[in-house]
This record gives sequence, C-alpha cells and structure tokens, in this order.
Amino acid sequence: MTRLTIDPVTRLEGHAKIEIFLDDTGEVERTYFQVPELRGFERFCVGRPVEEMPSLTGRICGVCPEAHHMAAAKAADAVYGVTPPRPARLLREALYSAFFVTDHATHFYALGGPDFFVGPDAPVAERNILGVLQRVGAEAGARVIGARKAGHHVIEMIGGRAIHPCTSIPGGLTKGITEAQRSEIEAIGHSMVDFAEFSIGVFDSLVMGDPAYRDAILGDIYRDETYYMGLVDANGKANFYDGRVRIVAPDGERLGEYDPADYPDWISERVEPWTYLKFPYLKRVGWKGFVDGKDSGVYCATPLSRLNAADGMATPKAQAEYERFFATLAPANGGPKRMVHQRLATHWARLVEMLYAAERLVELASDPEIASDNFRVVPTATPTEGVGTVEAPRGTLTHHYWTDERGILTKVNLIVGTTNNYAPMCMSIERAARSLIHRGQVVSEGILNRIEMAFRAYDPCFGCATHSLPGHMPLEVTLRDAAGDVVDVIRRDG
Amino acid sequence: MSSNGKHRFAMYWAASCGGCDIAVLNLHEKIAEVADAFEIVFWPCAMDTKYADVEALPDGSIDLTFFSGSIRNDENLHLAKLLRRTSKILVAFGSCASEGCIPGLANFSTVDDMLTTAFETPSTENPLHLRPVPRWAAPEGEIRIPTLAPVVRTLDQVVDIDYTIPGCPPESARIAEVVDLAIAAFAGRAELPPKGSVIGAGTSTVCDQCARQRDVKKIAAFTRIQATAYLDPALCLLEQGIPCSGPATRDGCGALCPVAGAPCIGCYGPSDGVVDQGARLLSAFSSVIDAREPGDIERILDGLPDPLGTFYRFGLARSILRASRPAFASSGVEPPVIARAPEPARAGAAGGTDR
Repeated sequence: MTRLTIDPVTRLEGHAKIEIFLDDTGEVERTYFQVPELRGFERFCVGRPVEEMPSLTGRICGVCPEAHHMAAAKAADAVYGVTPPRPARLLREALYSAFFVTDHATHFYALGGPDFFVGPDAPVAERNILGVLQRVGAEAGARVIGARKAGHHVIEMIGGRAIHPCTSIPGGLTKGITEAQRSEIEAIGHSMVDFAEFSIGVFDSLVMGDPAYRDAILGDIYRDETYYMGLVDANGKANFYDGRVRIVAPDGERLGEYDPADYPDWISERVEPWTYLKFPYLKRVGWKGFVDGKDSGVYCATPLSRLNAADGMATPKAQAEYERFFATLAPANGGPKRMVHQRLATHWARLVEMLYAAERLVELASDPEIASDNFRVVPTATPTEGVGTVEAPRGTLTHHYWTDERGILTKVNLIVGTTNNYAPMCMSIERAARSLIHRGQVVSEGILNRIEMAFRAYDPCFGCATHSLPGHMPLEVTLRDAAGDVVDVIRRDG
Repeated sequence: MSSNGKHRFAMYWAASCGGCDIAVLNLHEKIAEVADAFEIVFWPCAMDTKYADVEALPDGSIDLTFFSGSIRNDENLHLAKLLRRTSKILVAFGSCASEGCIPGLANFSTVDDMLTTAFETPSTENPLHLRPVPRWAAPEGEIRIPTLAPVVRTLDQVVDIDYTIPGCPPESARIAEVVDLAIAAFAGRAELPPKGSVIGAGTSTVCDQCARQRDVKKIAAFTRIQATAYLDPALCLLEQGIPCSGPATRDGCGALCPVAGAPCIGCYGPSDGVVDQGARLLSAFSSVIDAREPGDIERILDGLPDPLGTFYRFGLARSILRASRPAFASSGVEPPVIARAPEPARAGAAGGTDR
C-alpha cells in the first residue's frame, strides 16, 4: 500500500496532518485527518469558581475568545438560574455582533479570500493577504484594516479588553457603557453595514462573476450532503447569541429543534485513537462512519449550515441577501426547503452573516436601554448545573458546567465550534483526494490547493488556532511505498 | 541579517490559543512597518515557511524570534530547541511561554487524568474506553501524533532565553513599543536591554496604574463578584473584598480589567524582584485582611474557595510549586526547583506598594 503524508509545516503541522493511503491500483483507500493537540481544559477547570469561566475558557482560543466568553457567561447564568437584565443582554449581544463582523472579515479577506481573489493557480508568494489587497486595491485594503480595528474597539468598550474580554459575570456584566459610547458603537455599526455590503459586492464581481470560480462553487468536488445545525430565534431566523438549536436533514426535512440544555439527547461524540479530537454526531441518526446522506449522523455547523437550518435572517438587508443566496445556488426542487450543499458556498454564507451581524449591531446600539446602569442582577439561587450555547463563527459552541453549592466546578463538558465539523472536514478532504488522485498519479499543486480549499471553507480552528493568514497552508506531500520508504516529496514552497 | 539588508524576524506558536498572534496583527497599520523593517522568515500564522527550511538555517541566523505558547508535547520541545539554535535573540512572548498561563493549571493533573476526563465526558460514546495514542496501527499503516509531556513547561525551562514579553496576550501598544525598540537597536540608535530583562511592560504593579482609589482599608471578608450587590466604581476592588491580583502583577496593560470593573487576574506575571507571583499575592492579601481571632482566619479563607486558581491562575508552571507530585510521577521531568533567581531590587520598584 502506498502512503501520502500531507504534512503542513507551520503550526498546522503541529495541529493538523493528513495521511492518504492508496490501494494497490493507486486509488485512494482511506484518508486520515489528524489533530495532535490536547490542553485539557475540561480537566483543569474543575475546582475553579464558575464566575471565572468566561475568562479562563477564553484562553481556549485567542482568535475567538468572545465565543467562549459568551458561552461560559451563559452557562454560568444557567448554573445560578439567573436571567441577566435586558440591558446586559443587549450589551453582550452587541459585543458579539461586532466580534462576528470582525472575525468573518478576517476569514474572508485573509484566510479564505486568497483562493478566489488571487486564484489557486497564482504563484504561492502572491496567494496571501497582500495578494488579496493588491487585487481589491489599496483603498479596500484600508477598509479591511479599518473594519477589524473598529470591531476590536467595540469589543474593548464593552468587554474591557480587545482580546480575552473580562466583563461578563453570572447575572450580567461588571460595567455598562456611556451614552457617548453607545453613540460611537451605533456609528461603527453603520460603517460595518457598509463594509459588509461592499464585501458582498467584491465577492459578486471577483468570484461569482468569474466563470471558473463559479464552476468551482457549483461543482461536485466540494459537495457533501450532511445534516445541518444552527441556532434560531422564536421566528426561526438565524441567531448567534441565543435561541434553540435546529437540525435539518440533507433534503431539508427538519429532524428536530431543541433547547441547548438538551444537547446530550441529540449529540454524541465518537473517539478515534489516532487523533486528539472527537467526532460529534447526531445520536438519533447514529454513527455510520465518514459518509454523508440522510442515514449518517454526520452534521456540520458553519455559516452555510446556519443558513440551511434557518428560515431566514432577522434583518432586512441580510434577508434579501439570504434569498439571493438560495435563489442562485439552490434552484427550487419541490422539497421541504431549498438547501445548499456546496461547501465553497460557505464563503458567501459568511458574508450574509457578516451583513446580519452588522445590521444587528446597529439595532442593538440604537436601543437607548443599552446604555442603562441596569447591567447586572445578583444571583440568589444555589448554583447547580447549567448549559450555555452560542454560535461561534466556526459552529455551535456548548459549555456545560456542574458545580457544588458554592459554585465551584465539579465537572465540565465542552463541545467546541470546529469540533462539530471534524467528520465532515475529513469527508471533504477525502472527496478532494479521491477526485484528484488516480492510478497513483498526483497533481502536485492541484491536490495541495484543493485539499486546503476543501477544509478552509469550514474556517477550521484546531487547538482553536489553525489560522494561516496567507490563506493557504504550506504543505508537503511525502509519497512512500509499502515499506515506508520515501519515493517522492512534493512541496509547495513559499 | 539577510542579503537585502533587513534583519530577520520569526514568530512561532507552540501550545497556545493564538491570541498572541492576534495581538501582533492588532498592530493594524503598524504591521506594515514590521514588514518594511524585517524579513519575516518564519511565522506560521502569517506566512509560509517550513520546519525543514528553519532546520536548514545556520546557527543564529534569525535576528529576533518571538516564541509564544508553552511546551506541552514533544513537537513543541523540538521547535523550542530549533528556534533557540537558529535565533540570535529568543523572546518568550506572552503568558504561556513565560509563565505557563491558564493551561499550566493542568500541572495539577496527570496526563492520564486529562485524557480520561476528555474522552469520558457525558456526551462521549466510548464503550471501549479508547484513548488517543502516539502511534496507531491503522489497517493501512502506522500513523502518529505527538506525545503529550507530563507537565506544561515554560520556554525558559527548556532552553535559554534572552527576554520576556509578558501578558495574556501582550497588549498591542506594548508590542508596538518593543518593535520600535528592536528597529532602533538594530539600526544602532538604541541599546538592547540586558539579557534576561522583561520588556514590553513596566517594573511595578497593576495597582500603580489602576485609577481606582486606595484607602488602605482593611477588609473583613473576601466576597465573590457576582454576590456583591454594589461595587463602587471608583474604589479599589480588593478593599471592597474582591480578590484582585493587581498587587502581585506587573504593570503593562494599563489596569484594563480593574478599570472595566473586573478584578486583575494576573496575566502579566510577577513584578520586578518577585520570585513567585502566588506567594507575593498571598502576602498582599494577608496585609489587607483584618483578622484578630483564629475564627476570623477560617471565615476569611472561606471567601477564597479556590486558592490554587486564585494565586497561581497564570503562574503555576513557572512557580516554585510548578506541578503536583502525581504529575511528576513517572514523568522523567526534573522535580520542582525555584525557577527564577530573584532579580536585583531596584529602588522604589519592588512592588511599588506595601501590598
């Protein structure tokens, strides 16, 4: 048997590695996508006071600490059975909306963007954020930097710090905002709406307007028909901060909708001994292996899945874009709901979400109550157990805490955004490998790019940090014979 | 220095959350100055270079390396040694590399505990009680993942380092100051600080930067922040009974958390002249509590339900405690030693406060 080792040589080498085994005829037998890191948060958070969890678990991921901060804050509220006052809810969701715009901008321009803007066949040296900025122009580049800066400014105003916010506690926040800050956040929200619309325009002209990219998005190499998960509000519209978890089947039929606290009835995690990450799947459907379809419990939780799961977006401009997204990518099929299965469409879905988050930030900042001093209540119940769930940019994020009567943690369970997508990512990688490797023949650049593109659409965040700013991973494919001897090394140089 | 006359810069993340890299990216427009002044030879977060390319570099050929993340597995250790060999100046960047940070709290558990917890959670279906193994005989052939080390170690516990930039993450404004200093020093316009210095931070404590007023008031009990009906926004949090790490923590952040109404959690590590941040904080707390009877002490201690997490939240891996005995059993890692020799005391700098 022949082995191909795709060994990313950056941090990704330390945090994600792909092994491809070929059978005797040179066709792909099996791929393994390994995550080789574990830091043990579920273990060492035991013994800590529950009010520290929003700060402690932020350190799971410095790219999306806001997601852990919020999931932890909501779980800590639940542990005490306390509902924060409305202004606290507005503040937290405003921070979260600013974070979503910022994080999606980082991915769209710096991580995923180079695949499209610069092109998979461009020289590697240009396939990075600088190449993107050249393509979209200096003025647009300044807008990208400006949008990220403004986003972090809002996060710091409400969260106390730009990275690893510190203000959410059980029952609300440690501080509110002033009227001047409210007004500033509202203005930033408006500028973010403009920025999101601008970004959609960029995507339309440079990606959808290019026949080759359009074909790549609509083609089958990146198509997997799995279940989809996403939080929805009382009207069935997508929500990032709160709601019920909805799961839809590949054909659009609804499998169910549940309160996040009921996740143990819906989700199980499978263990494989060759990786430090687990594989969540839908308990009611069951684990059938790394396969798609309605009989397989594999699901995905991404911007694409959230759009597939929801009935629409709660703000007008995002709703219009949501409708255009499905009209373009999923012709009406007479089924219960239009569904988009092409994984590369996740990039467009991300922009629909960015527009929603920006509009939502304006709504929240326009609410005069957000600047109220009523940002906290004192919990009075005896702490016990609680679940907090938000949509992280990379998928539904769940924190589940058990405490003693003092609010000291006795058990912790975390199902992190990217983890939801581990199985579908493995499948997308294997599909890309199968489509590109035949009779032992490997197209060196092609396979490197396309395997990356396959899982970059998920914006994976292993060890919550496989972000490679150039938008591509440096890769090295080692071709070995059955005895393990190196036959060939294919490298993509920087 | 590279052939184009630029100095060579590298940044690496070992076991980390990526927040240090985001803090560097949050230099925003200034990141262009870094790109102008340095040839960036290795930065997995921002560019494409391979281990093999770094391995091929001659000794000391990278002028400046920022190393973030702790040493959690054998691969982290390999990169620490590789970057020490290839770097002229190696900087422990951020709390994980310099103190062990929050993930260093794992040093009170064994690797087996960690694995059992993670792979036997309530939502995990694992009837065979499987655990990840470094070498797995898959039907198609053996595949490998790194081996977890028994304890989290800081960069200076495995290699010699030149400087430390503290913080979780280091504040972007402080990083900008270090970048300016490095550019000036490499251009011969400034001198590099003495080896072993903490840079990108102050020498005193968070308290010295905190806008909250201190009345040197004694407290009768510690309280949990969510249990307090009202906190005076202008008054010292510690004096209101909230355990705050400010007195034992180096300044550099501008007291961001206390200003935002949340206690300092100690992410900038110990201030100058302090061997052990936890011991220093314990002593600071002792000096503000008002205890007369033995019963008072019990009552006051009840207000600190998690002493380990309170005193060693960020600094356990680097502290004089370093790890629990079980973690060292069968570890092959050196038992605890005092990790840091006291730095020479500077006048007026040793804590900056009596606390």
